[in-house]
Amino acid sequence: MAKVLVVTSGKGGVGKTTTTAAIGAALAQSGQKVAVVDFDVGLRNLDLVMGAERRVVFDLINVVQGVAKLSQALIRDKRLETLWLLPASQTRDKDALTEHGVASVIKEMRGKFDWVICDSPAGIERGATLAMRFADVAIIVTNPEVSSVRDSDRIIGLLDSKTEKAEKGQRIEKHVLITRYDPQRAARGEMIGVEDVLDILSTPLLGIIPESEEVLRASNVGSPVTLNNPLSAPARAYLDAARRLNGETVPMSIPCERKGLFDRLFGRRAA
Amino acid sequence: MTTAVAVRPQQSIRFRGRSFMAFVLAPNPPILGWLDELDNWSRNSPGFFVGRPIILDLAAATLDEAAIISLIAALGERGIKIVGLEGADPDRLGPSLPPLLKGGKHASAIDDAGSAAAANVVTLPAHRQGQNQTQNPPSSPAPNLEPTSLLLESPVRSGQSVIFPNGDVTVLGAIASGAEVVAGGSIHVYGTLRGRAMAGAMGNARARIFCRRNEAELISIDGYYRTAEEMDVNLRGRPTQCWLEDRVLSIAALD
Repeated sequence: MAKVLVVTSGKGGVGKTTTTAAIGAALAQSGQKVAVVDFDVGLRNLDLVMGAERRVVFDLINVVQGVAKLSQALIRDKRLETLWLLPASQTRDKDALTEHGVASVIKEMRGKFDWVICDSPAGIERGATLAMRFADVAIIVTNPEVSSVRDSDRIIGLLDSKTEKAEKGQRIEKHVLITRYDPQRAARGEMIGVEDVLDILSTPLLGIIPESEEVLRASNVGSPVTLNNPLSAPARAYLDAARRLNGETVPMSIPCERKGLFDRLFGRRAA
Repeated sequence: MTTAVAVRPQQSIRFRGRSFMAFVLAPNPPILGWLDELDNWSRNSPGFFVGRPIILDLAAATLDEAAIISLIAALGERGIKIVGLEGADPDRLGPSLPPLLKGGKHASAIDDAGSAAAANVVTLPAHRQGQNQTQNPPSSPAPNLEPTSLLLESPVRSGQSVIFPNGDVTVLGAIASGAEVVAGGSIHVYGTLRGRAMAGAMGNARARIFCRRNEAELISIDGYYRTAEEMDVNLRGRPTQCWLEDRVLSIAALD
């Protein structure tokens, strides 16, 4: 049975789609069967980052409404044969998603994959709540910046109250992923420190992704950053985060861009 | 009007919760028969309802909006002013109707001379059996089993609002920025207070707020409040307590 993972944040532009693609590809590289699902109906982006935009025929809404079968809508990645994409519809809006429809799609996918990764839209409305509704695990993507941290806190509150697991009295597994982290600016005190972010969110850390041009370069060529340049700093950070999701203990570090320097090691480990 | 010139030498707005005693009328169908009963009863106690706030309990009567409006009008002709509704389906209520009230409690004693008659009012439907004979004894008050403190073991997240009018609230984690805790009694925060804490919200000036680290957006006791901007910067980031002294909200470090 698959683990259903939601990548969420509340705030937009923090790196949810980048993270979904990078973590999805990283997990698929380890041989597991992975499906990434774009819940951002009306503003679909994941297909672009995955480089599959020219192969979209059916989408999530078609499957939810029973117009197409799941197998017709899933797009297999050309680089990794265990990675699949279920795109969002660009022409519809989030009201076309129904809880019942999403439940049946997720249920069908649970039987076919090891990981189902739901890329949540920004905000706390219907699209975002349905993306997290059936999740077992959540990655909360946060930038080291006050508004992002506060929105993440809001989302954690929703994860603890509005998900199916929470309503059954179970705990959803939550991880904070800090993205767009700039060690130089953090050293100058221009960003909230990692310790402060974790103190505010009181949720374990999955990884710290450094700010990097590699991320933009990868999304421009339509490739997850972990596939496009696996040795780049953000790719290494995402690969470590994916290993932690698999239950491995990997020392926490912020991979650096500059060559010849050892990674700056942090005392903290993923909990 | 109460003005609170507590924090700054300018007027500020006070917000506070208060509870008031109100009589509840519970009509039983058929409504016309019940109104006749009410008229009979009123002849014995003329003017009883004048100037009193009355709540209409519609749990026993399923009425649509038009029927509720005409019932309120019929009661209005008898000098009975309805200030709120209870036990009605919110979907059937339009904007022209009085607000729907929830969480009403049985009053064990009515605080004025109308207490004997009050038992009549509360149990009015029971009069059908014998108009002039014995009154139904007022139902004995239910033992008060509601807890008087609330313990929150997980952090209060941004956007969450915890309202506990019955007493103290203890939070083991933090109260996040954009979260609020409202307590009838005191508030104790063993993590960092980053959001809003409103103690003594039901009119308790002796309530206090304690926190292990003060980063609060707003604190308030009995309606007197202070925002982060109005707090001494030296008190930020420290363990603090807040209390009310002669209508002045005081904050002091505990370390």
